[in-house]
Amino acid sequence: MQYMMSVYGGPELTELGNYPDKATMAQAMADTGAFNDRLQAAGHFVYANGLASAASATVVDGQVDPPVVTDGPYLESKEYLGGFWIIEATDLDQALALAAEGSKACRGKVEVRPFQAYEPQG
Amino acid sequence: MSEPGIAAHVAVAITRAHQNEWARVVASLTKRFRDLDIAEEAAAEAFATAVERWPADGIPPNPGGWLTTTAARKAIDRIRREKKRDDKYREAMLVLDDEPLEPLGAIDDERLRLLFTCCHPALAMEARVALTLRMVGGLTVAEIARAFLVNESAMARRITRAKDKIREARIPFRMPAAADLPVRVDGVLTVLFLVFNEGYLATGPGTDPVRADLTAEAIRLTRLIRALLPEGSPSSGEVTGMLALMLLTEARRAARVSSSGELVTLDEQDRGAWDAALVREGHELVRSRVLWGETSGEASGEASSEAPGRYQLLAAINAVHTSARDIRDTDWPQIVALYDQLVTIDPSPVVALNRAIAVAEVDGPDVALASVDRLGAALDGYHAYHATRADLLRRLGRSPESRAAYDRAIELAGNTAEAAYLSRRRDQLG
Repeated sequence: MQYMMSVYGGPELTELGNYPDKATMAQAMADTGAFNDRLQAAGHFVYANGLASAASATVVDGQVDPPVVTDGPYLESKEYLGGFWIIEATDLDQALALAAEGSKACRGKVEVRPFQAYEPQG
Repeated sequence: MSEPGIAAHVAVAITRAHQNEWARVVASLTKRFRDLDIAEEAAAEAFATAVERWPADGIPPNPGGWLTTTAARKAIDRIRREKKRDDKYREAMLVLDDEPLEPLGAIDDERLRLLFTCCHPALAMEARVALTLRMVGGLTVAEIARAFLVNESAMARRITRAKDKIREARIPFRMPAAADLPVRVDGVLTVLFLVFNEGYLATGPGTDPVRADLTAEAIRLTRLIRALLPEGSPSSGEVTGMLALMLLTEARRAARVSSSGELVTLDEQDRGAWDAALVREGHELVRSRVLWGETSGEASGEASSEAPGRYQLLAAINAVHTSARDIRDTDWPQIVALYDQLVTIDPSPVVALNRAIAVAEVDGPDVALASVDRLGAALDGYHAYHATRADLLRRLGRSPESRAAYDRAIELAGNTAEAAYLSRRRDQLG
């Protein structure tokens, strides 16, 4: 079963990202890298990446012709999706345990959300 | 037996089966079909079938087995009928014994798994309470809705949403990992304590001040988890403490509300009206944890390895109260000592408020008032804070301030009996 683990942050990414100082950023990067390695080794890792700033987003509505293109993210917010993991876990308990590790490593809250599953469970 | 005699006999058997077997039937179906929704509906259908069939066919020799088998058949019928699941999924659900062989440990039981699933921390607290009462307690949606003053369709939606989340996010139906067990047991206790408190101090203008059905259900479920989690497993001390706390509180139920519907506080209660059997059982449980008398050097029995948690300390405080024949015999220094221990693990303002009430009896109302006044910022919206201040101010002869505090407490009190009591005390001020 796959889960998405999302991390949110402010709209502006300075050269420090959303971190208060350089040392914290370096440590968070190192910890997150080590966490990713553990995910890989244990077979949980599907994909992970960080996103560029929300200001770089563009919304496209292709339901009309010609498509309407709008500058900026889909929803106005104080915090935006900043990065995510997609993991493979047996159940929510395992996903939550991994999310707690990821949260500690990247120094942010992590939202855990399951992907739709059509396969038989068990 | 005459026909009405048979009907009564069957009704008793069904009620007993419902109390003893509901959770087991739901749990065993959940384990087999991995779907709470199917388990719940099939269990309800099986009990409805029992109501139809037992009067004519007789009560089966093993009612639990009969109900489980009947419910499993109903579940299979339903899965076959269902169009919304695709064939592959349906097939998988109907394969017998698809459960990988995992040995049930000493503290594993299907009902315990069910309780942990319903009280999962990923569910909102309201949903945990409702789901636990429905799936483990066997209360109907209408009963739960009434208990929490929510309309029935809103309660049904709350339960459905919770079941959907369990399925979609795959909240597991199994025992938590050993490392998580203390936290998860604590989570179950929080849910059961909420159910108990809603029964004991029911809120809402139209409700009975005490809802005996809810307190009884909370006690029954706490007994269940205590029976399933044997002594020595993590948190078993807190489960015992919770049960003792509930029993010692429940013991005073009859004495707690007057015939005119007014709250009777501990100092004015007719102690002869307390339920002696519940008091005795509660005291035995507290003594089994060696908490009571420890601070005054009377400790006896086996030492417990865990440090006492909040429920054990609260139970011990209640044990001290209920062992005094008269309010004047209360061992207040012992109560203050227990609150001192409680403050170290729970430094919340509510605990500090309750400690101050005991301090008033040892060091006087002026000392207590000084501590209470420090809690104003945190507890200004809490009726008990104002009620406590009102009482201390009254004892210090500061009537106008006391009256103002009573006014505020009455305004904030959600419980009808409590509001009636506070109004009388206010009106007695000189």
